[in-house]
Amino acid sequence: MTFARPAAALLSTLLVATALSGTPALAAENDDPIRLTLHDWTGQLLSTRIMGEVLKKAGYNIEYVQADYIAQFAGLKTGDLHVAMEIWETTGRDALDEATATGKVENLGDSGMFAIEEWWYPAYMKEVCPGLPNWEALKSEACAEAFGTAETLPKGRYLGAPVTWGGYDDERVEALELPFEVVHAGTDAALFAELESAYQRKAPVLLWVYAPHWAPLKYDGEWVEFPAYEKACYEDPAWGSNPDMAYDCGKPRGPIWKVAWSGVKDQWPGAHKAISAFSIDNDEMGALITRVDIDGETVENVVANWVDDNQDRWSAWIK
Amino acid sequence: MTAPLAIQTETATTATAPPPAASQSAPGGRWPARLLWGIALAAFILLWQFGKPVADWAFKVPRDWRIPAQRWISDAMRWLLDEASFGLFTFTDLTRFIAGAIEAPYRFILGLLSTGILDGRGSSATQLLPPLSWIAVIGVAMLIGHYAGGRRLAALVGGCFAFLAVFGQWSAAMVTLASILIAVPIGILGGLLLGLAAFRWRPVEAALRPLLDLMQTVPVFAYLVPILFLFGFGPSSAIIATIVYALPPMTRISLLALRAVPEEAHELGRMTGCSKRQMTWRILVPSAMPGLMVGVNQVIMLSLNMVIIASMIGAGGLGFEVLAALRRLDIGAGFEAGLAIVALAIALDRLSQAFAARRPHHESAEERERSIAKRHPYLASGVALILISTLAGLVSAPLQAYPEALQISSGTIGSDIVGWINVHFFDQLEAVKNTLLLNVLIPFKRFLTGLPWIGVVGLLALAGFRLGGWRLALTAAALSALIALTGQWEKAMITVYLCGISVAIACLIGVPVGILAAGRERLWKAVELVIDTLQTLPSFVYLMPAVMLFRVGDFTAMIAVVAYAVAPAIRYTAYGLRRVDPHLIEAGIAAGATPWQLLTKVRLKLALPEILLGLNQTIMLALSMLVITALVGTRDLGQEVYIALTKADTGRGLVAGLAVAFIAIIADRLISAGAARLRVRLGLATAEEIR
Repeated sequence: MTFARPAAALLSTLLVATALSGTPALAAENDDPIRLTLHDWTGQLLSTRIMGEVLKKAGYNIEYVQADYIAQFAGLKTGDLHVAMEIWETTGRDALDEATATGKVENLGDSGMFAIEEWWYPAYMKEVCPGLPNWEALKSEACAEAFGTAETLPKGRYLGAPVTWGGYDDERVEALELPFEVVHAGTDAALFAELESAYQRKAPVLLWVYAPHWAPLKYDGEWVEFPAYEKACYEDPAWGSNPDMAYDCGKPRGPIWKVAWSGVKDQWPGAHKAISAFSIDNDEMGALITRVDIDGETVENVVANWVDDNQDRWSAWIK
Repeated sequence: MTAPLAIQTETATTATAPPPAASQSAPGGRWPARLLWGIALAAFILLWQFGKPVADWAFKVPRDWRIPAQRWISDAMRWLLDEASFGLFTFTDLTRFIAGAIEAPYRFILGLLSTGILDGRGSSATQLLPPLSWIAVIGVAMLIGHYAGGRRLAALVGGCFAFLAVFGQWSAAMVTLASILIAVPIGILGGLLLGLAAFRWRPVEAALRPLLDLMQTVPVFAYLVPILFLFGFGPSSAIIATIVYALPPMTRISLLALRAVPEEAHELGRMTGCSKRQMTWRILVPSAMPGLMVGVNQVIMLSLNMVIIASMIGAGGLGFEVLAALRRLDIGAGFEAGLAIVALAIALDRLSQAFAARRPHHESAEERERSIAKRHPYLASGVALILISTLAGLVSAPLQAYPEALQISSGTIGSDIVGWINVHFFDQLEAVKNTLLLNVLIPFKRFLTGLPWIGVVGLLALAGFRLGGWRLALTAAALSALIALTGQWEKAMITVYLCGISVAIACLIGVPVGILAAGRERLWKAVELVIDTLQTLPSFVYLMPAVMLFRVGDFTAMIAVVAYAVAPAIRYTAYGLRRVDPHLIEAGIAAGATPWQLLTKVRLKLALPEILLGLNQTIMLALSMLVITALVGTRDLGQEVYIALTKADTGRGLVAGLAVAFIAIIADRLISAGAARLRVRLGLATAEEIR
């Protein structure tokens, strides 16, 4: 939410009073607003608003629209929505492929960020289960029991992502013969609420964590090291430790894509170029997310600072 | 929210119940009935225990029996989107036109309250006029309060709005208020017109009744996807979803209120030679006004219930603040935004109630001769206030937007409290949870999911037959069989398990509290405040702390459902007990009954029909919470609807949503029929009346 700060309010009213018009268009091809979608996680708000502010500097008319992550593809296809800054290879691939196949949606390349999703545990669990982060440590009964609850004992409890995120964790547990039960959280808010709760008590917890996100920055912990993902692992049962089942490896890691309505290229060629050029890496984004989610700064503030500090970079994007 | 809600929901449910077709004609007296039940139960248990090897189809619906309803609905949707056409324009053109027609006034009101009146769209839009300052909005709200209900109401409304400003929720609250201000009038007018149509033409009423049932019982998530496809992304889709959800009670109450207009009023209209239109708008609607205002109140409350869900599809505002705060586990901020919704709800609720209670004021000839300002003192002072505050806002910024320096926030207190409980009491909570989970929840779930579907359908039909005759038996059997044949049986049973347990606990808490509070005016006021807050505070706010204390799973879901659904159990018990005829109590005292006998033999017995209706409402609310509890990982129909939403799968969502609606309708019909029979047996109504 943009809070109309007093100074800004005063300034804008003065502008009206003296009948000045808005920002002068520099290079914008036309004055129609480019609609960028906002979702409900901080990293996405940051990358979208950074892109938006940079495009504004280039004279484009920007409108931010709140939309659901998957449902937005319907809007991108019809041209109701124009740009989605973060489609994760790991969770959005199917929807993205389906949309690009229609020819109405275009993939503008990766955003420089790299999505990691994997089983994660707090550092203090290493004392209880010393073999970690190697996944084979989880096979031991003592380890599994340490992660168990009344409902799952003697098996361990692994808190997976919402069912809708996919991830093949049920299959993974079976293929790797892990003595664990997969419990699915309904939202990621619930996922991290459990992590926060366990961390406060230094209690056992093993769950799905993803990055870039504030959780791996705030809490001290590690990802479980499964056999590295290869395409063959998911497709060919013969691959890996279990000859009869696929999914006997870790999760794929993949880029975070920038996606746009295919009409953007014709309507705002300059903006199309700038969005394609946008790039930020995990560490930089992680630091920005920390400032918002842990230090409590507003998204608008952090974005404005970034834009001030990185003039060289973004001016190259909009050249 | 307060008393009118209780009365309204009761009348609404009795209105939904089909006329219980001649319950007396059900065969026989007591003995044959018991025999019938005995045979049916024995057959059921035989089938359940020994049927599995012989008739597997009775437990699991064979694949080729299934009705491919999901595909049909998805195909129909695609046809509507891509091909349906009226010749000159396509169906999508029509829906987009409606969306545009809603968006234009919304942008205007949003401009007034939040963004300022803009020229153009997006970031290059220029502000022609600043938005109303916080002083003006609070002032106008207080003026309306004073007009409708005097000084006390003005203070209350002013306090609620000031809360928004002080806690830094102002701009988000104004976005929410803007969408409410669009959704509510459309909901009221639409509901009233449908009610009028149903009043005038019987076939319309017959067609409308099942439609309204579905609108109220299909979970909102199920129709969000089609609405997004049809009406596009943006605030209008959220507003339309809100209207669909909030309109049915208005139609129901309009119909009831119009029916209740006394014959004298009709006669007056005929005598004065009213045309049909005059009859409607000059006689019927004004006479039905007090009833209609109860409907208005309901539309406002239900619209505010939708704030969180609407924000998921782009409405922004307070709902978004709640979701965003909880995503970063800032429990305090989530609570503040949630309480801001409660504050808005209280202000709007009390305003609409005050308007409902106001007596019409007739201008005298003398008054008519005064100047405009004197004739309309509120209008004049409102306009003056807006002008002065706008000018003042131009000069001094803090008078335009509430200064940030004066805002307060609970900061980390909320998170700290939950953290403290978590660290110190988790083990005790865990022990309670495990006991319940292992001894009650899980066995009950296993029991229900193991039942043969065909047997359950049969028992429901029998119950329908005994309570309401053939029509009810057919309804119950057909709806439950449809759930099975569309492949939703197992998830439906998990739904029934979660709801059943939650409703039982809600009644165990709610009925005693209702009994305690019924006779004590002070206590009742306090209880009422608590349940009002529980019903308007978005459940998401307490769902996340619950996850921290009880982990993801059915137990947490159950707590959230109980917290939300306990309100009607309390309200109806108290309402029923208060309605008991004092003469009968006196008679009981005279007959020498002890207080305990008085309570169990007289008061509770006579209040039983109301308590049953409370049970009915508790079930409805519990079902409506299922979609929210999907967010903590339940595996029921609610989760199915939620998955369909995130995958934008229209067919899947609607089929699961309809299954929820069917469960609700079966429960509603059976309980309403039961309550009606009970009234007859207790001598509170004659068989003629309930028909």
